[in-house]
Amino acid sequence: MSKYIFKRVLLMIPTLIGAGVLVFFLMRLIPGDVCELRFAGTGLYVDQAQIDTCRSNLGIDRPMFVQFADFMIGFFTFNFGDSMWTGKPILFEIGLRFELSLQVAIMATFVAVIIAIPLGAISAIKQDTWLDYAVRTFAIAGIAIPSFWLGIMIILGLLIVTQQVTGIPWMPPIDYKPIWVDPAHNIAQLIWPAVATGYRYSAVATRMTRSALLEVLREDYIRTARAKGLIEKVVINRHALKNAMLPVVTIIGIEFAFLMGGLVVTEQVFNLNGIGKLFIESVQNHDYAMTEALVMLVVLIFVVTNFIIDLCYAWLDPRIRYS
Amino acid sequence: MLNKIGKLALASVVGLGLTAGAGAAKAETPKSGGILNFVVGSKIPSYDGHQETTFGMIHPIRPFYSLLIRVNPNNPSDPTDFECDLCEGDVPTATENGTKFTFKIRKGVTFHDGTPLTSADIKATMDKIVFPGEGVPSARKAFFRSVDTITTPDAHTIVFKLKFPTAAFIPALATPFNFVYSKKDLDAHGMSWHKANVNGTGPFKFVQHQPGAFVEGIKNQNYHFKGKPYLDGFKAIAAPKMAVRLSAIRGDRAAIEFRGFPPKARDDLVKSLGDEITVQESDWNCVLLATPNQKRKPFDNAKVRNALTLGIDRWGGSKYLSQIAIVKTVGGVMFPNHPLAATKDELMKLKGYNTDIEASRAEAKKLLADAGHSNLKVDFSNRGVDQPYKVVGTWLVDQWRKVGIETAQRVQPSGPFYDSLRKKADFDVSIDFNCQSVINPIADMTKFLGSAGNNYGRFEDPELEAIYSKIEKEGDATKLRQLVRQYETRSLSDETSGMVTLWWYKINPHRSYVKGWKIAPSHYLAQHLDHIWLDK
Repeated sequence: MSKYIFKRVLLMIPTLIGAGVLVFFLMRLIPGDVCELRFAGTGLYVDQAQIDTCRSNLGIDRPMFVQFADFMIGFFTFNFGDSMWTGKPILFEIGLRFELSLQVAIMATFVAVIIAIPLGAISAIKQDTWLDYAVRTFAIAGIAIPSFWLGIMIILGLLIVTQQVTGIPWMPPIDYKPIWVDPAHNIAQLIWPAVATGYRYSAVATRMTRSALLEVLREDYIRTARAKGLIEKVVINRHALKNAMLPVVTIIGIEFAFLMGGLVVTEQVFNLNGIGKLFIESVQNHDYAMTEALVMLVVLIFVVTNFIIDLCYAWLDPRIRYS
Repeated sequence: MLNKIGKLALASVVGLGLTAGAGAAKAETPKSGGILNFVVGSKIPSYDGHQETTFGMIHPIRPFYSLLIRVNPNNPSDPTDFECDLCEGDVPTATENGTKFTFKIRKGVTFHDGTPLTSADIKATMDKIVFPGEGVPSARKAFFRSVDTITTPDAHTIVFKLKFPTAAFIPALATPFNFVYSKKDLDAHGMSWHKANVNGTGPFKFVQHQPGAFVEGIKNQNYHFKGKPYLDGFKAIAAPKMAVRLSAIRGDRAAIEFRGFPPKARDDLVKSLGDEITVQESDWNCVLLATPNQKRKPFDNAKVRNALTLGIDRWGGSKYLSQIAIVKTVGGVMFPNHPLAATKDELMKLKGYNTDIEASRAEAKKLLADAGHSNLKVDFSNRGVDQPYKVVGTWLVDQWRKVGIETAQRVQPSGPFYDSLRKKADFDVSIDFNCQSVINPIADMTKFLGSAGNNYGRFEDPELEAIYSKIEKEGDATKLRQLVRQYETRSLSDETSGMVTLWWYKINPHRSYVKGWKIAPSHYLAQHLDHIWLDK
């Protein structure tokens, strides 16, 4: 097992280097730069010397290979430098948002798991009954409805319903407070994006649980288990569900990694100051340093999540572990 | 000359701010206390006002600083009404044939760190803006081309000596980005320190900034305007999406947004909240332009450019676009309603401003035929921002279609758009804009000069430059007005080196409990918040 883990860790290194090279050069293909945007952005007269000074201060006028070497050294020493837009350390900027994104991802995963696994299992066990149809409708609707649209509807619904009921429109807070500072404020803000993203997430996982469980339920060993007189609860929970979890774990892992950096639109809808919003802002601002750091962070999250999923596979299915 | 223009302006200006709610309100006694929550739709690049250009910095950071002089917050619509902020008494008038301004500095003012303010601080600040050293960015250095020397005869006097008299100096001085810094900070920490640190003499003290989230300020008990600020503090919440800002006001998570909303948003808020919303509206010192690239054929031909402007129905556009976008007023090179701005009769003499649009379009078709371009195709570059760029851009495409011009609109994000506009010049016509803070007509109209650093038409027009030279030095208000008309006719009509589409229109719906704030013709002005109070 330790040999397996070591091999997987080694494999991460070329993946990260490849992603680094790609993001560095792709960012520089976008026309314009942060200095031009900052000075020309309001249509004022701009002295070219001012723009040149800005470029020189940020080091983006240096040869490309020097900049690339700086970036890679920074990456491997965990020193990403300062944001080109705000001038603040990149690790500080990311750290501020990471906590929020992590909490939303955990809450959405929790929402998804508590909905998806029971519903998917019920749907498979009660295949082709009204219950199955109801769950499938719920799941297909979840896949079809974009999270950001659901988010907008949630906010509008809250405003309208609270105004109708109490006379005073209410919406979730738009400024973040950590859960240990103000738990009520924190939950009141984050529960809604967790529901909006968790619904889509749960829909995907429900579909996956259902189809995986249906496949397992048709296996010979399930027939054997029933034939030897095991009660249905044991057959489902111990023999069927555990074996059906492999693809579900994969989906949950990938969705979790996606939530850490991919909630670009939902974060905007709920005004969450998370990694996704920072991502979009840094691309818009041509903040190369920040964008590169964020891409590397997301790549790292995906690589580590995949690694953990692989370890879960080995735990769930001993055949993988022993091979 | 400044006096003459000032008198002309004072005599002619009739309340620009069309205040729907607040205007009708009777004078009320301000109440102290409360925290003002407001939303800001843009980001803070750094805290240094001298190098930044965005309202994303002004709205949350301006309350920490003072200026030497400022636009009167009780009358911000008047382009000639300035008052002393850190200076004493009235804003001084020029002496020595309009070339010398002497300011007396307030005594007893302290920076938030306790350092007393002297004229040396003002001089250090203005030196950084006017004469920045190598490697020191100053976004408004060009505003002060007239300044020759800045001296401090004593600790509470500062003197600006100009190279030539100009009416542009006082408005430039009142620009809200000219934060007064402490000389001690500049000497000890260098010219970049204020990018990430705050130490001003403003009505509020800096508490914290969570990047991307909010900025908090708390009342400065030692503020130099006694009894102010009325608020205990403020929280500027970053909210890039307009829908969030709108919902925030509706759900009372924020009381106000200072930049402005489109008409539909105003109507939605009023419909849902009734009297709890007050709406203030004003012409806006921003204009959307369409600039032909004269380095590309056939846009080097004045007939083709004339046809482009003749095809635009500005009066009709004003009527319909003002219902869906933040544009409204038909105007020329000057801020509408300014004493030097063209009247409707004067505008109608310009190509493209005739109310008989069919006649204009017939002339446009004839000019295109004469130039041999009856089937003209235009590569039109636009910025990927909804309000008002994409709305107006799409409208222009339709306007030009009506004279037989086929337009391909290229909408790009801000970065590639500016790259195209400033460097690549790979467009036939591009959207451009002129968005200023203090109304400073003589300075603002430089945008239309071929030599201007922010004109992207790529042309030379010595005649227009000559007219502008006369404008800069003209002291007589009547003659000045005539010269401005000549400039306008040359630029917009005869040569059509630029096309003014419509001037922006500012709409600020806010919670009715926000009192004391009066709409200004710019989203950069009157943002120090010392005059705002909450009637809760």
